Amino acid sequence: MESKSNIHQKYYVPEQSSIPIIFAFAALLVGFGAANAITGNGTIMLWVGMIAVVGTLAFWWSIITKESQAGLDTPQLNNSYVYGMAWFIFSEVMFFFAFFGALFYIRNIAIPWLGGEGPTAKGLAGELLWPDFEPTWPPMITPEQSLLGENAVTKGPAENMYLHSIRDLGTWLPLWNTIVLLSSSATVHVAHLALKENNRKRFNFWLGITVALAFIFVILQAVEYYEAYAHLGLTLNSGVYGTTFFMLTGFHGMHVLIGGIFLLTQLMRSANYNHFTDKEHFGFEAASWYWHFVDVVWVCLFFFVYIL
Amino acid sequence: MSAVIEKHDHHHGPQKGVLRWLFTTNHKDIGTLYLWFSFLMFLTGGAMAMGIRAELFEPGLQLMDPIRYNQLVTMHGLIMIFGGVMPAFVGLANWLIPMQVGAPDMALPRMNNLSFWLLPAAFTILLSTAFMEGGMPGFGWTFYAPLSTNYPNIAYFVFAIHIMGISSIMGSINVIVTIMNMRAPGMTLMKMPLFVWSWLITAYLLIAVMPVLAGAVTMLLMDAYFGTSFFDAAGGGDPVLFQHIFWFFGHPEVYIMILPAFGITSHIISTFSRKPLFGHSSMVYAMVSIAVLSFVVWAHHMFTVGMPLAAELFFMWATMVIAIPTGVKVFNWVATIFKGSITYETPMLFAIAFVVLFTIGGFSGLMLAITPADFQYHDTYFVVAHFHYVLVPGAVFSIMAAVYYWLPKWTGNMYDEKMGKLHFWLSFIGVNVTFFPQHFVGLAGMPRRYADYALQFAEWNAVSSVGAFLFGLSQLLFLYIVVKAVFAGKKATAQVWDGARGLEWTVDSPAPYHTFEIPPKVKG
Repeated sequence: MESKSNIHQKYYVPEQSSIPIIFAFAALLVGFGAANAITGNGTIMLWVGMIAVVGTLAFWWSIITKESQAGLDTPQLNNSYVYGMAWFIFSEVMFFFAFFGALFYIRNIAIPWLGGEGPTAKGLAGELLWPDFEPTWPPMITPEQSLLGENAVTKGPAENMYLHSIRDLGTWLPLWNTIVLLSSSATVHVAHLALKENNRKRFNFWLGITVALAFIFVILQAVEYYEAYAHLGLTLNSGVYGTTFFMLTGFHGMHVLIGGIFLLTQLMRSANYNHFTDKEHFGFEAASWYWHFVDVVWVCLFFFVYIL
Repeated sequence: MSAVIEKHDHHHGPQKGVLRWLFTTNHKDIGTLYLWFSFLMFLTGGAMAMGIRAELFEPGLQLMDPIRYNQLVTMHGLIMIFGGVMPAFVGLANWLIPMQVGAPDMALPRMNNLSFWLLPAAFTILLSTAFMEGGMPGFGWTFYAPLSTNYPNIAYFVFAIHIMGISSIMGSINVIVTIMNMRAPGMTLMKMPLFVWSWLITAYLLIAVMPVLAGAVTMLLMDAYFGTSFFDAAGGGDPVLFQHIFWFFGHPEVYIMILPAFGITSHIISTFSRKPLFGHSSMVYAMVSIAVLSFVVWAHHMFTVGMPLAAELFFMWATMVIAIPTGVKVFNWVATIFKGSITYETPMLFAIAFVVLFTIGGFSGLMLAITPADFQYHDTYFVVAHFHYVLVPGAVFSIMAAVYYWLPKWTGNMYDEKMGKLHFWLSFIGVNVTFFPQHFVGLAGMPRRYADYALQFAEWNAVSSVGAFLFGLSQLLFLYIVVKAVFAGKKATAQVWDGARGLEWTVDSPAPYHTFEIPPKVKG
């Protein structure tokens, strides 16, 4: 046991700060502005808010970095950041849990019931409302389409993202995305090991590779989306398959982008300012935890959205 | 910024002027901000309740059209839950947790400030819909799809909820980190005061379910504006899916609003019975069990929606199991009172009323948990009576009890005991006159969420409205008592209550601006 009385000696309680309330105001602009934009009331407020949010956050984190460099971080304060980051990632897990839960419910309950199964009134809903709906996954023909044909508003996609023949494996983007993301999880770990051995050059190199892989993933994902919209007729409006596909991969992609920027920031801190030592490098560690989390989400996505 | 390099001297008081409140990183300042904000919201939501009860005073449409009525019902719920009860508990957490665990402040003070200031931002967005074409949300606080997806201005509602959620998650992370990392040496987990324990569990629940709420409103937004089909059967989705996701958030949310109340009540009953709490560790285990069970009972809110029999049975039994840990808690409170040297100061009156009236709300909850019976009760005023019994004389009474109990510690002045007792009795009578008759009209079949009703319900509705006006007006007395105690009153000692235990009673009243910069020693 380390000496507890010692680490409790001087916990750094920051002075008054104007950053949080400015950030809150920026969040107000983003929230209000996003609602304005969506309801067709102009996008200026959203843009101003976004710039303010990014600017304030960057400034806030730069102050935290400076405080850390100035030696204000006691081991106890460092612990606070460790716990804080862990619980933040838990909240992210629960966010994805909601969307995976929706996918599970739609596939296992909603679709079969729409097709006439289910406990209530012996599946009358399916028989009376959508007699011709085929309850398969993915539903290429939506219930509405099974009734109205070409006149339906919500029509199914022309193609889906599953692997149709083993011969297409080499050009199947999800597989490449998986390879890219899994290897990036490995490279970030190699970087971590290098940092622990105080080998900055190796650390920068492998972290750089990781960042590059992150952005390759985002580009591949963009290509996939372009293909879906341009050639496969698969959009947000293609019934529940399009809905769940784009929402799950979209939120994941957003997190990859955020994680990539997070890692890039750590790379710049190391390469330009020589931050981090073999013992103290929580900024990097937090980014790598976040990265592993994003990776795990992708593995779940790969199985539940692309394969099963 | 050179501010970082400056020497930090913590041995000074607060800054002067309004900037102190805008820029503060002090847990006591932030706690005060939360509490005043929640009181403001309590009065706003309360004014809406007065409008609702005025409309329901007699059958027929008197004061407003049904659309306005729906808006008032919706906003009353949203404001009371997200603006009233939750911020009040966070305010209490801010004030008390660092003092009770012997920490200098919350673990992440700047984020703490942000958590608070996001709330006015969120409610600005939510309330601004009142001035827009289409008006405020009117789909009920549960915003069931597809009613809500077809509503104007839902985008503003969605982003307001997002910001509230971010605020709650950051606040909860702060609470957990403070409790896990900042306890004074010797303060083992099982030695922690029960209010701290209740908040540790609450914060965990918040971090687990607020992101699910964020997911739910995001799906709603996408369905409403971007043509997705989550809740639309035409595209292969299901409106019932919304209810599952919402109540997966919603049921733990219910316990988020009651667990801190359990903690508060435990402190107060022990103090004024002048006995240590009966069964301290069983209280902890009971709260943990309630929290765990809260994740597997959500569908008891949707028994009539058309679920398989197995699901109906599972959610019925799981819900009833919750009565066991709750029973343990009520038993322990009663056992603490038993043979105690009891005095009835205002906090104790509120706490005893909490135990009795919350238990009534618990029993009606047990009735609602019985699936076949619920088919009769569902969406009647019986449900309204049930959840108002657990939330008003439950959560709200516990918050008032906490304010009276700790106010001398916060302000250094005793509140006016006579006025406090008057406030209690007016509130106690008001609450029961308001909500008890709602059991009767509910069982007789009066549905919720209508601006008008059948003549047979007229008498009890008139009684209920009179009670509501009494309860509403008595809260102005509460405001007066608190403001008076802030500025004047008999000076409080450090101990304040002779039976009180815990670290917060070892420091002066009012508590110094910075407490426990050197951690105190906690005795075995």
